[in-house]
Amino acid sequence: MTKPEGMLTWKDLNIGSIVAEPGNASQYQTGDWRSQRPIFDSRKCIKCGICYIFCPEGCIEQNAEGYFEANLFYCKGCGICARECWAKAITIVPEEE
Amino acid sequence: MEKYAVFVPKLVTKRENFAPGHRACIGCGEALAVRLACKALGQRVIIANATGCMEIVSSQLPYTSWRVPWIHTLFENTAAVASGIGAGLKMMMKKGRIAQQEIRVVAMAGDGGTSDIGLQALSGALERGDDFLYICFDNEAYMNTGIQRSSATPYGASTTTSPAGKLSIGQVTWKKDMPAIAAAHDIPYVATACPSYPFDLMAKVAKGAATPGPAYVHILSPCPTGWRCATDLTVRIGRLAVETGIFPLYEVENGKYRLNFDFPKLRPVTDYMKLQGRFRHLSEDVINRIQERVNAEYTKLKEKAHEGRG
Amino acid sequence: MAKGVGIEVSLAVAEAAKLANVDAVAAYPITPQTHIVEHLAELVANGELDAAYIPVESEHSAMSACLGASAVGARTFTATAGQGLELMHEVLYVASSMRLPVVMAVANRALSAPLSVWGDHSDVMAVRDTGWIQIFVENGQEAVDNVLCAFRIGEDPRVLLPVMIHLDGFHLSHMIEPIVFPEQSEVDKFIPPFQHPLPLHPDRPVTMGAFAPPIIYSEAKKAQEVNLEASRGIILQCWDEFGKTFKRYYSPVECYHSDDAKVLLLTLGSFSETAMTAIDKMRGEGKSVGVIRLRLWRPFPFAEIRQAVRNTEVLIVLDRAISFGGPGGPVCSEVRSALYGEDKKPKVIGFVGGLGGRDVTPAGFEEIINKGIEISKRGSDREFEIFGVRE
Repeated sequence: MTKPEGMLTWKDLNIGSIVAEPGNASQYQTGDWRSQRPIFDSRKCIKCGICYIFCPEGCIEQNAEGYFEANLFYCKGCGICARECWAKAITIVPEEE
Repeated sequence: MEKYAVFVPKLVTKRENFAPGHRACIGCGEALAVRLACKALGQRVIIANATGCMEIVSSQLPYTSWRVPWIHTLFENTAAVASGIGAGLKMMMKKGRIAQQEIRVVAMAGDGGTSDIGLQALSGALERGDDFLYICFDNEAYMNTGIQRSSATPYGASTTTSPAGKLSIGQVTWKKDMPAIAAAHDIPYVATACPSYPFDLMAKVAKGAATPGPAYVHILSPCPTGWRCATDLTVRIGRLAVETGIFPLYEVENGKYRLNFDFPKLRPVTDYMKLQGRFRHLSEDVINRIQERVNAEYTKLKEKAHEGRG
Repeated sequence: MAKGVGIEVSLAVAEAAKLANVDAVAAYPITPQTHIVEHLAELVANGELDAAYIPVESEHSAMSACLGASAVGARTFTATAGQGLELMHEVLYVASSMRLPVVMAVANRALSAPLSVWGDHSDVMAVRDTGWIQIFVENGQEAVDNVLCAFRIGEDPRVLLPVMIHLDGFHLSHMIEPIVFPEQSEVDKFIPPFQHPLPLHPDRPVTMGAFAPPIIYSEAKKAQEVNLEASRGIILQCWDEFGKTFKRYYSPVECYHSDDAKVLLLTLGSFSETAMTAIDKMRGEGKSVGVIRLRLWRPFPFAEIRQAVRNTEVLIVLDRAISFGGPGGPVCSEVRSALYGEDKKPKVIGFVGGLGGRDVTPAGFEEIINKGIEISKRGSDREFEIFGVRE
């Protein structure tokens, strides 16, 4: 786990403030940005992967059965996946409290 | 060009070298373009990135979204830094300090960092024939600082420094033709791409990276925040840009033009522009002017492409 | 056997970079450093130097290309002067804060306007705060020796900072001087290979140049300052080793008849040798004068300055640059500041002279010293004196 920025001392920083943990931004939750979320209907999903290709976050994954769904830790709720899904298997619903 | 195949996961690496957790806007077309480019580039790269949207959203201390080696220094010097990286690697390998291997050098910058402040450094690197791929992610304004005009902003678009007003139609100059400027440097490979055509984009990035010498790929990056459209329309708008002839997808390989996607009839520019708030102030008169210009430019491009087929 | 040759100092600097076996050179021409990059081009073209020669399209790109090369672990060198140093201004800060040990020779040149290609220190003084290690040289031999030391100091894993070697434009760069070049084998032993601890390489991906929100920026700057301060010890170590190996010794402040002098002059760069001639003459006349010469500019040699002036009553600082509307001489204001807290300190009188390549002769130095003594007695309503301007 990367130390949160508010707790880093000057000694904690690498030389030249280099970040040596590749991809550690994956610890940062962007899912709480959204005001709407995608619902994936596996009955309609044809497993084409177009939603996966078009997600700007890269957070759409295949589950154990091979159907696609968004990782809600990152999903910002843009709705591109629902708009582009060939099988109309994705619906966008408002984010609930 | 590869035909679309249904089983995307079989064609594309699952690895995300541009990791989620980045702070791009909701529905960001540029983040999508970078993500796809990274899939095409693989692991054996070093990326030099300009100051801009992608740099800021991906590298806030102490986090990074990058799973490949990546360096950001300043705004206008990406191509020069890439030149230095290439020279350094070449000598380190020659002198046996690192193992001989293929490491592609890639420069990434926005439209501001390419066609405005970064133009000199880019021109220098292209002229020197340095072996690298330069990718311009074009969201058609200085988006990271809040939507200011650049020389890549299209005619008639409203930005904060070219606002539509009583005396102004917005941007009063036509979009600078960066691919033509790159091609004028006589480099082996120039291409335009759009994330709405993901396989075309990935193929071009891979080709540019594999080309010895300088390569330039110009990627239209729809920006819902700056172009003022709904966040789910990113891919649709990119497609319309191509289908209306506003942003044709083509390659210039050793001076020969090739149009990648042609349409029996181009869609009217209004199909593209009516979805975007940055154009909503335009009169029919201005829109007609834009339509005429798009038609003329597209015809010129087709002529060049036709000559290319010889 | 080390050989002594008569050679133009610019060419000697290029030869030093060759001896150091640099990997990458970014080159852009500007008077009066152009001979350095020209000679490097020749050396590469003839196969005498195995380096990538990058003919960039501006100084900004020159330093940027150096950043890229250094970031992958290549030994990197460039040269510039005056306007060129200013053009790459923002890149200089990046080199030091990103800890990339580029070595750069600066042929100090006056800044426009009016355009002047001739030597003074205005270009140097504008880059004081960039976080580079900065060393002044007084003659060609020192230039060669310190370029070699620069690589060793800058690339030391405990330092990893870029280094500037300052030599006066024309006054030094274009002079033909007798210079002894060390043997290649001796240099190879003296300068260990460069090994960046976290270079850009696909085997171990790192992110360089992430941005810092307010909550982290100060920590990053503190780390930088601590590191520049700590480089002091390594610089002294290097000069000590250099002296033991090559029998030429360097120190942060060089003293000439300073122990017992009631009046001291402080100079930097090529002024110094001329000043020493004047000092010899005045001492021959029984005057109690001496000269101290600042060699290490950054990190500033506080202890050495305080030590050098501890017995003197009047310290006359001759700057070769002017800070308009302010303290006049930048070096003078820093020296004053260094002495402010001392219980016993000399009167510090500031002069600005030699701007834009104007010569200061030994007679001129005498005049400056005498005038300085006068001012120390009766005071002045001016912050500083400009020497040699026709009224």
